[in-house]
Amino acid sequence: MKTESKLQKLLDSGHFAVTAEIGPPKHASAHGIRHHAHMLKDYVDATNITDCQTAIVRLSSIASAVHILDCGLEPIVQMTCRDRNRIAIQSDLLGAYSLGVRNLLCLSGDHQKFGNEPSAKNVYDIDSIQLIYLMRRMRDEKLFFSGEPIKEHEPRFFIGAVANPFADPFEFRVARLEKKVEAGAEFIQTQCIFDMERFERFMEMVRERGIHERVHILAGVTPLKSWRAAKYLQTSVSGMIVPDDVVERLKKAEDPKREGIEICIEQIKHIRNIPGVHGVHIMAIAWEEVVPEIVERSGLFPRPKVE
Amino acid sequence: MIIAQQKPIKDIAAMIADCKKVLLVGCAGCVTVCLSGGEKETEVLASSLRIMRRLQGNPLETVTYTATRQCDPEYIEALENLVKDVDAVVSLACGVGVQYIAERFHDKWVVPAQNTMFVGGSTAHGVWEERCGLCGDCILHRTGGICPIIRCSKSILNGPCGGSQYGKCEISKDVDCAWQLIYDRMKVLGKLDKLLEIQPPKDWSKSRDGGPRKAIREDVMIG
Repeated sequence: MKTESKLQKLLDSGHFAVTAEIGPPKHASAHGIRHHAHMLKDYVDATNITDCQTAIVRLSSIASAVHILDCGLEPIVQMTCRDRNRIAIQSDLLGAYSLGVRNLLCLSGDHQKFGNEPSAKNVYDIDSIQLIYLMRRMRDEKLFFSGEPIKEHEPRFFIGAVANPFADPFEFRVARLEKKVEAGAEFIQTQCIFDMERFERFMEMVRERGIHERVHILAGVTPLKSWRAAKYLQTSVSGMIVPDDVVERLKKAEDPKREGIEICIEQIKHIRNIPGVHGVHIMAIAWEEVVPEIVERSGLFPRPKVE
Repeated sequence: MIIAQQKPIKDIAAMIADCKKVLLVGCAGCVTVCLSGGEKETEVLASSLRIMRRLQGNPLETVTYTATRQCDPEYIEALENLVKDVDAVVSLACGVGVQYIAERFHDKWVVPAQNTMFVGGSTAHGVWEERCGLCGDCILHRTGGICPIIRCSKSILNGPCGGSQYGKCEISKDVDCAWQLIYDRMKVLGKLDKLLEIQPPKDWSKSRDGGPRKAIREDVMIG
């Protein structure tokens, strides 16, 4: 099923895609988002707009996506199951599509315990796999989640999901990825990769099951600013594996920020050679300005043009 | 059973600050088993409140009683004579007991001494854990006898999410990942392929979201 997504066109025509992430601000101005969108628009094919990441209240993903579209960049709206029931999800996504959003990333969302509203009542009415399935059905079979027909103008999103090769149980991770593909995911963005060995093993299992031929896998990378940031991810974030040598390398570096960029570029070059990986997703958390340099120096610039 | 925990004594005292005489009603049901609202706890609470008020120079008179169950009208009837001359009733039962007393004695000030927490069981002496989400549509046969509705922090039916690591949930190192437990058990049962089936969205209309629920057994109804 073809959509109007530029990202889908690129991936389907065999290009190695580059996506990045923009985190909306904790205020009501789009100034920063627009600044980042202008900065990234020639360097990435599309950009994720996080949906209140780590459960912190931020400018809405859909509103941010409209600002980004306005700047000439293609957004990927993230939709979490944490904050909305199935009525709100469908309503918001119909709205997003009507505003020109063509890419959707379905995820469960970080638990509210980590955010700035830890006493909030969460929703989790449906889970991420159900969201993928229901959105795919909405598009391909023109049915609302309830099964009621959509008479006209069904939302035709290019549907994505996430995979984390570093969470447990490891042996079930590829099966769960396959389950997402079965549910209808067409592209996958992974958790940030620091443990290349584990990611290679993960991809080996993906290839064994032929999943890479059924879905576009974009490998996640994150440039780190300091050894403390690396240590934090290593020790305090669940579902992350950061090898000690990454921490050590940043610790010994004269200019840790430059070193963080160098590591990220090396990772992308490595990832490009892993069979079955169809792109890279750069999550430069609150450091969006380094993305152009990373893309350029990784040999991924200029970005291909599609009709 | 229902697990409840007594509110801090200052909170209970605040609810009856303007009373001279109160009736404290314990419950011999669930809250006795979880050691929060039985006969012993009722006496200890009464005594603590009296001491507290005496120290404040505003003595409090207490009467105590422990009902067989506060969630059955027949056991609430027994309070009739005790309720008459008190300014308030402090219920040490779960929220059902508090409501039953308030309903029966509608002109009496009735306050909860407990926070009703969850449906669970004991895992060690003095430790109780939540095991059931009271969703009204049990799916334990599909998840190896481990409930993801309540034991997975995100109630995921197609887990585990990306926050599962070393068998623990992302919200705390003290919380087991329900989906790791489900995975391990399904592996033992040789049923891992079952986890590949996409579980449909839950019908929450059988849960709280369908409004207050009612169970009727016509075979035992009288009249």
